Amino acid sequence: MEEFVLMKGNEAIAEAAIRAGTDGYFGYPITPQSEVIEYLAAAKPHERTGMVLLQAESEVAAINMLYGGAGAGKKVMTSSSSPGISLMQEGISYIAGSELPCLLVNVVRGGPGLGTIQPSQSDYFQSTKGGGHGDYNLIVLAPASVQEMADFVSLGYDLAFKYRNPVMILSDGAIGQMMEKVKFKPQQPRSKKSPDWATTGKTPDRERNIITSLDLDPARQERFNNKLQAKYKEICKKEVRYEKIQCDDAEYLFVAYGTSSRICQKSMQMAREEGIKVGLFRPITLWPFPYNEILEMAGQVKGMLSVEMSAGQMVEDVKLAVEAKVKVDHYGRMGGIIASPEEIVEALKQKIIGG
Amino acid sequence: MSENSITTKELIKEENLVYRKTRLLTDDVMHYCPGCGHSTTHRLIAEIIEEMDIQSETIGVAPVGCSVLMYNYMDVDMQEAAHGRAPAVATAIKRLLPEKVVFTYQGDGDLAAIGTAETIHACNRGENITMIFINNGIYGMTGGQMAPTTLVGMKSSTTPYGREVPLMGNPIKMTDIVVNLPGTYFVSRQSVHTPGNVRKAKKALRKAFEYQALNKGTCFVEIVSNCPSGWKMTPVESNKWMADNMLPFYPLGDMKVPEK
Repeated sequence: MEEFVLMKGNEAIAEAAIRAGTDGYFGYPITPQSEVIEYLAAAKPHERTGMVLLQAESEVAAINMLYGGAGAGKKVMTSSSSPGISLMQEGISYIAGSELPCLLVNVVRGGPGLGTIQPSQSDYFQSTKGGGHGDYNLIVLAPASVQEMADFVSLGYDLAFKYRNPVMILSDGAIGQMMEKVKFKPQQPRSKKSPDWATTGKTPDRERNIITSLDLDPARQERFNNKLQAKYKEICKKEVRYEKIQCDDAEYLFVAYGTSSRICQKSMQMAREEGIKVGLFRPITLWPFPYNEILEMAGQVKGMLSVEMSAGQMVEDVKLAVEAKVKVDHYGRMGGIIASPEEIVEALKQKIIGG
Repeated sequence: MSENSITTKELIKEENLVYRKTRLLTDDVMHYCPGCGHSTTHRLIAEIIEEMDIQSETIGVAPVGCSVLMYNYMDVDMQEAAHGRAPAVATAIKRLLPEKVVFTYQGDGDLAAIGTAETIHACNRGENITMIFINNGIYGMTGGQMAPTTLVGMKSSTTPYGREVPLMGNPIKMTDIVVNLPGTYFVSRQSVHTPGNVRKAKKALRKAFEYQALNKGTCFVEIVSNCPSGWKMTPVESNKWMADNMLPFYPLGDMKVPEK
């Protein structure tokens, strides 16, 4: 049995990538996630599994390398942080529009612009509502621990290939940089087989494979859009993931993901010591968002506080979910500041209980 | 009817055929304007893939621009890249499938403007891919705007009074840049406006495909081409204009050949 190791979230993603049988990693350094490519470079993945590792000339090049590698049927991934992910948006849209699987990691830092290198959750809108041009969705996984950073790599690939859709692990600078114990899955072999749609060279037994997102005929393009939407609907039906902590007797609810959900666990404990029965609802998939499950909670609690390291982005989805049945408000810090457990309890009292 | 003429029926007999459609070109009707160099270059690539018998090994990467629909015309596996990113797309395909033959096909806007970084870095890394660069000095697909390679004084829809260096800068000789990068193995500039030039272009393209097997670096072929529609000329006029104006600035010939 494998032992626990102590590792940074960024390093855990890198090690998990090798073990998940990744065929290619293409990336460009940016704080606070450069440890991913540095770990990979030191780990000699080419010797371990034959995995390709390439430092690209830009995030733009890196995402288009993912497009090429994914189109060749390979398991490919990149990691970056907010400004770099912004640069990748065109390529992500092409990947979604060509129905290619790939794994994207965003270790979010505060913005807008060059912003800060400190952690933030201000890329929620960008990740869950499209980001690039056109009607498309990423499957977005939000890890709240170093262990989940590792676990979501193989989960991400499974979902990406199942639905031929890009998957994003939406982390933040705190989870990327903090060290925790983590246990890895054993090494998975790299796949020797290519999907039948991949560009691997046209053999006489099949038609040529073309990877493209272009169709100039409006009727056909709309049919394709409808096909994408049907796929997204199926994902919404089948792939919602979340965690409920102390929700059984809860009269109030924190809704939080990632680092904020970790802080909220402490806030919950403190509030309960004061006799305030508060639970925590943690969305694990930010897209598909657990609308129904949060609506169910609206029948039980008196109010919900969405806690995010942003100006309030996920709170819009929480409000959509509860259909105005209970009071919903937001509390968050920005610019790389992580809210303290105390101020979150105070916000619950003022904005929800007293409000 | 003279004694030398033959009937249509006899003409299409196998023994009388002197020219046929290359097997690797599909039956799709090309959307290219009459007289455009794209179709000739497509045919050359298809002929080379057929003659080298590498259809099942070949993966092409199409650009954004006039040749965006290239994958409709060639019976090979192909990916359609975002504008300018074909060298990055091809880099990953080749690295992940190192036994395959990977080529890119890009116009001047794609390769020498928006995709400059990807072009230079793929060539500088020495990616073992074949890069084909169609330079007609204009943006054809979007309606004849100035390209990075538009000649000084040349008119386009965004330089209606001619390209002026103080305002619009200089035309860029991308092939002269990549020839100086250590990662390129074979670099050539050709054209397809006369039968003789078509033969020379085919020779250069064939080398650019053959050398890929050596894993010695990037093979890069520029095809200086015409754009009758964008230049607002007949095909014949455009070929003459190209020879008189483009070729003195973009001279033809092999620019980097492997050392013997």
